[in-house]
Amino acid sequence: MWSLLKIELFKVFKRPRTYIAFIAVWAIVSLIQLAIYVDGPKYMDFVLKDIKDNFDVIGNPLNGYFVCFVILQTLLIHVPLLVALVSADMIAGEANMGTLRLLISKPVSRTKLLVSKFLASAIYAVILLIWIAILGLFLSMIIFGTDGLINAKSYEIIILNGNDIFWRYLCAFGFAALALVTVSSLGFFFSIFAENSLGPIVATMSVIIVFTILTTLDIPLFQSVKDYFFTSHMIGWKGFFEMKVDADGMAIPGTIRNLPAVLRSAGILLLHVFIFTGSAIFIFNRKDVLS
Amino acid sequence: MKNKFYFALLFSKIILTSYLLLLSLAGKAQTADELIRKVKAKMDKVNDYVATGKMKTDVVFIKAPIANIKSYFKKPNRFAIKRDGGVSLLPKGGVSVNVSSLLLTEDYTAIDAGKTTLGATPVRIVKLLPTSDNSDVVLTTMYIDEANLLIRKASTTTRENGTYDMEMQFGKYAAWGLPDKVVFSFNTKDYKLPKGITLEYDDGSKKAELPKNKKGRVEISYSSYIINKGITEAMLK
Repeated sequence: MWSLLKIELFKVFKRPRTYIAFIAVWAIVSLIQLAIYVDGPKYMDFVLKDIKDNFDVIGNPLNGYFVCFVILQTLLIHVPLLVALVSADMIAGEANMGTLRLLISKPVSRTKLLVSKFLASAIYAVILLIWIAILGLFLSMIIFGTDGLINAKSYEIIILNGNDIFWRYLCAFGFAALALVTVSSLGFFFSIFAENSLGPIVATMSVIIVFTILTTLDIPLFQSVKDYFFTSHMIGWKGFFEMKVDADGMAIPGTIRNLPAVLRSAGILLLHVFIFTGSAIFIFNRKDVLS
Repeated sequence: MKNKFYFALLFSKIILTSYLLLLSLAGKAQTADELIRKVKAKMDKVNDYVATGKMKTDVVFIKAPIANIKSYFKKPNRFAIKRDGGVSLLPKGGVSVNVSSLLLTEDYTAIDAGKTTLGATPVRIVKLLPTSDNSDVVLTTMYIDEANLLIRKASTTTRENGTYDMEMQFGKYAAWGLPDKVVFSFNTKDYKLPKGITLEYDDGSKKAELPKNKKGRVEISYSSYIINKGITEAMLK
């Protein structure tokens, strides 16, 4: 199994398209950092537009933690598309090159083959996320420094202490890794049905785009069903940046407001991973491979 | 003849009453001014201070933990609040106004508005009306503890920042006119951002209906002051 995984990882990282995502992430993160470095106060004014007339901000709200929050918020919509470039190509790419039949003729079970391919695409997604963490969190911390974080929601503002944030980012990145692995499993699932990678990549992107739009549209019809979209749970990492409050309404540092909900979202994503991957293995084991 | 005498008597009474009334009003205004001067003289003993304390922000749409803060003051009107490791939202014109700056200018008219009690403390009510047309402050009402020369409460109405109240509790630094606890109350507006921008994570919990027009409160409890030991410019930035 380990040998199979190493081979698959070698294949993934040998392809030039794999590195498109790393370059794209670097470009997006750099642009966001540049924009906040140059025009950060204006962005902060927009976030606090309803209260800036009445409140002064003390401290440095435009710090590395805030920049990383903006980057994560922006990237976690777009990175799934980059993940799909690789995961949706795992089987379809082999079929396209005519090597799939040759591959399954080897003395390795189809299940093992598919699991190793899925693990390779999941590892790629996690490495991409580590790249985001290096650029988005650590580089931003170096450039902008650290301080407290203002998490502006639609109806409230949550202020986190500077020493209460880093562990939340570790948890958030862990959750985001699970979200990207879910996307990876979806792309992988579509991949077994096609003989070229374009179809599964577009299908995965379409599902994510449509579900994300439905999730963000504030229309009652969609609000009632959005819990069934896995994209609604992919932003569960934000739950780590909310705190419980005491009887006086004071936020309690070191707490997570609704941990069961975040864990439930993680569970739903994990369930999707098993369903997509399991279905892919189940269907592929019964598939007549002709290419 | 009788009528003439009656009118002359009435006229004399009116003049006398008016004179006495004016005399009495002038006496009271003098007293209010004097009281303010005494309070100010007490506060003038403080050239600068560094105060350490904790700040609680109670605004319906702000969820913030209790913050460790340091306040810096330098005569005549330099004041700054800094947080240890974090950011805070403070009401404009509220927290930035400290007790000393309430009496900073000379350009006001002090009017005696009677006496009342705050808790168990008898206080004099003095209204300060700025004489300058450009002043942001429209009216400040002070509740002054005459016996100790301490401002126990101040209610300030401004043109730009609404009305805010400051309530002060004094303890071991009362001799300097510096409070152990300051509570700011102010009006808050509604806060809302589009969900499409915030990309909100809905954890399924029911959102509590936020009360409208609820007053916000910021409470600062000072644990210690370092008085007249000098502070640097960097501290005030």
